[in-house]
Amino acid sequence: MAGIYFWILAALTVLASLGVVLQRNPMYSVLLLIVSFGALSGLYITLNAPFVAAIQIIIYAGAIMVLFLFVVMLLNVPTEDPPHGYHARLLGGAGPRWFGAVLALVLVGELIYALSHLRATPLPGGNGNTASIYQIGLTLFREYAFAFEVTSVLILLAMVGAVILARKES
Amino acid sequence: MIPEPTLNHYLLLSAVLFSIGTVGVFLRRNLITILLSIEVMLNAVNLTFVAVDRYLNAVNGQIIVFFVMTVAAAEAAVGLAIVIALFRHKDTLNPDAFTNLKW
Amino acid sequence: MAINSYFIAQLALIGFTFFMLLNSAAVMVYFERKIAAWAQQRYGPHLVGPAGMLQPIADIVKLMFKEELRPKAADSFLFYLAPILCATAAFAAFSVVPFGAETTFFGLLDKPIGLEVTDVNVAVLVIFAITSMGVYGIVLAGWASNSKYSLLGGLRSSAQMISYELSYGLSLASIIMLAGTLSLRGIVDAQAGYWFGFIPKWFVFIQPLGFFIFMTAGVAETNRAPFDFPEAEQELVAGYHTEYSSMTFALFFMAEYINMVTVSAVATDLFLGGWHGPFLPAYLGWIWFLVKIAALLFFYIWMRWTLPRYRYDQLMEFGWKWLLPLAVLNLLVTAAVVLKAGW
Repeated sequence: MAGIYFWILAALTVLASLGVVLQRNPMYSVLLLIVSFGALSGLYITLNAPFVAAIQIIIYAGAIMVLFLFVVMLLNVPTEDPPHGYHARLLGGAGPRWFGAVLALVLVGELIYALSHLRATPLPGGNGNTASIYQIGLTLFREYAFAFEVTSVLILLAMVGAVILARKES
Repeated sequence: MIPEPTLNHYLLLSAVLFSIGTVGVFLRRNLITILLSIEVMLNAVNLTFVAVDRYLNAVNGQIIVFFVMTVAAAEAAVGLAIVIALFRHKDTLNPDAFTNLKW
Repeated sequence: MAINSYFIAQLALIGFTFFMLLNSAAVMVYFERKIAAWAQQRYGPHLVGPAGMLQPIADIVKLMFKEELRPKAADSFLFYLAPILCATAAFAAFSVVPFGAETTFFGLLDKPIGLEVTDVNVAVLVIFAITSMGVYGIVLAGWASNSKYSLLGGLRSSAQMISYELSYGLSLASIIMLAGTLSLRGIVDAQAGYWFGFIPKWFVFIQPLGFFIFMTAGVAETNRAPFDFPEAEQELVAGYHTEYSSMTFALFFMAEYINMVTVSAVATDLFLGGWHGPFLPAYLGWIWFLVKIAALLFFYIWMRWTLPRYRYDQLMEFGWKWLLPLAVLNLLVTAAVVLKAGW
């Protein structure tokens, strides 16, 4: 039964992510990414991780994407021009594009390798302790307490940095 | 009959998503779309963590996901601030337009 | 057989909740106008039906027959997606709100089921998640209309909702700590009983500051006066829904009222003891629930017609410099007390 949910959500995630990358209008890219996040959140529920599913929506879709949307709206970002001249050739453009092509080939090779060596590793049945928010809380604030505190410093730095970078020089 | 998803399915999905994100980063010429593609990649990694977590019956992966999201938030905030600053200077978001080392 | 009757009972509950929410929007419109009239010493609607009670129906019929307009430069897909998103988020949030004690419907079922659409163990997080999705409807409406008033309304609303969501979430967190569960049903049941035999064990009595923060943030989240900046009619014509007419406008209008009902229902469950109250037996608890929601909704409307709108910079200053630090302080004190007293 979980099978059908997986396939629908997986297809939705891949299609939406493809849309993000292939879309020329950044507004639609942002919206498709939100769709992709929603589908991923559903996948987390099939994996018995309701906490991650919830924070995926709250933090990613509810906060980070609003930030993106805000910038797209505020800047009135122009849609990307279709490539012309030098850039229109598939492997034209700067060095990174060559690098990207090689990397893409390696990735495709890896995928083919993985697909052809598929050995079924069924997920354990039952709920396990994965579903327990209690467990997550205990582990987070005991084993990862230091990392948690350092994260708050990171957020503070990002906040200050963002304010300074985006400030208008008078 | 629809096959039950195994760990491999989730890992493959994650790999596909990561590839899509990578393609986006390398091929798009709009800074916002590039940042969005990075988010796609981060999410692919998150999916791996949660799937393996489920497989091992642990919670550590979910906590790493939590940290990844925090880093993603910080990255988005700083990245978008840089995008705004760049847009003010050149009125475009094409990364190829920013080739000067100094202006 | 047993599974069948559960299925039917669950379906009936879903249908009932949906129907009541739709109706609540219509009833709220009537009461809003009546209370506004009362506050301003007017009659209000009084011609259609007895005491004007059929006014909402007249309103709906009028809206249905209006012409549907769309600006030429608007993004046609997003323009229609936005009101749908808004209304969907408004309805969806109510799906995890319990509104009555567990019941067997007078012996119809072998095992009691809760009076709610679905019971999830992370209900509080689900509500928070759906609330945070609600902002997209408004932002998209503002952007897709391709009109400067709409865009300004949309930008304002996204900034406002993100700012107040933090305080909203933090005030929820202190309740979660007190109740020790993320399930709304669990939180309500933690408020059963009395202190000293007569003070109900409602969280509002130990979290008055939390209740204040929650309601303030709730008013801001639902874009109601005195925080109705996204539509501030004197400045922005009608804000994000300037370009909408007929039923698409009706969807926004309905979403606003349903959001009010949802925030009041969540506040009732979190702070006012849900369906627990004196005098009534447990199976009539839903009456208490309705009474409490009605009181909060009256407060909402009363506030709209009493307080003037803030200035936008005052709103941001209030949210970030007062409400958020207060919410953090409230959370810290609650955490310290819970830790020390082992609640």
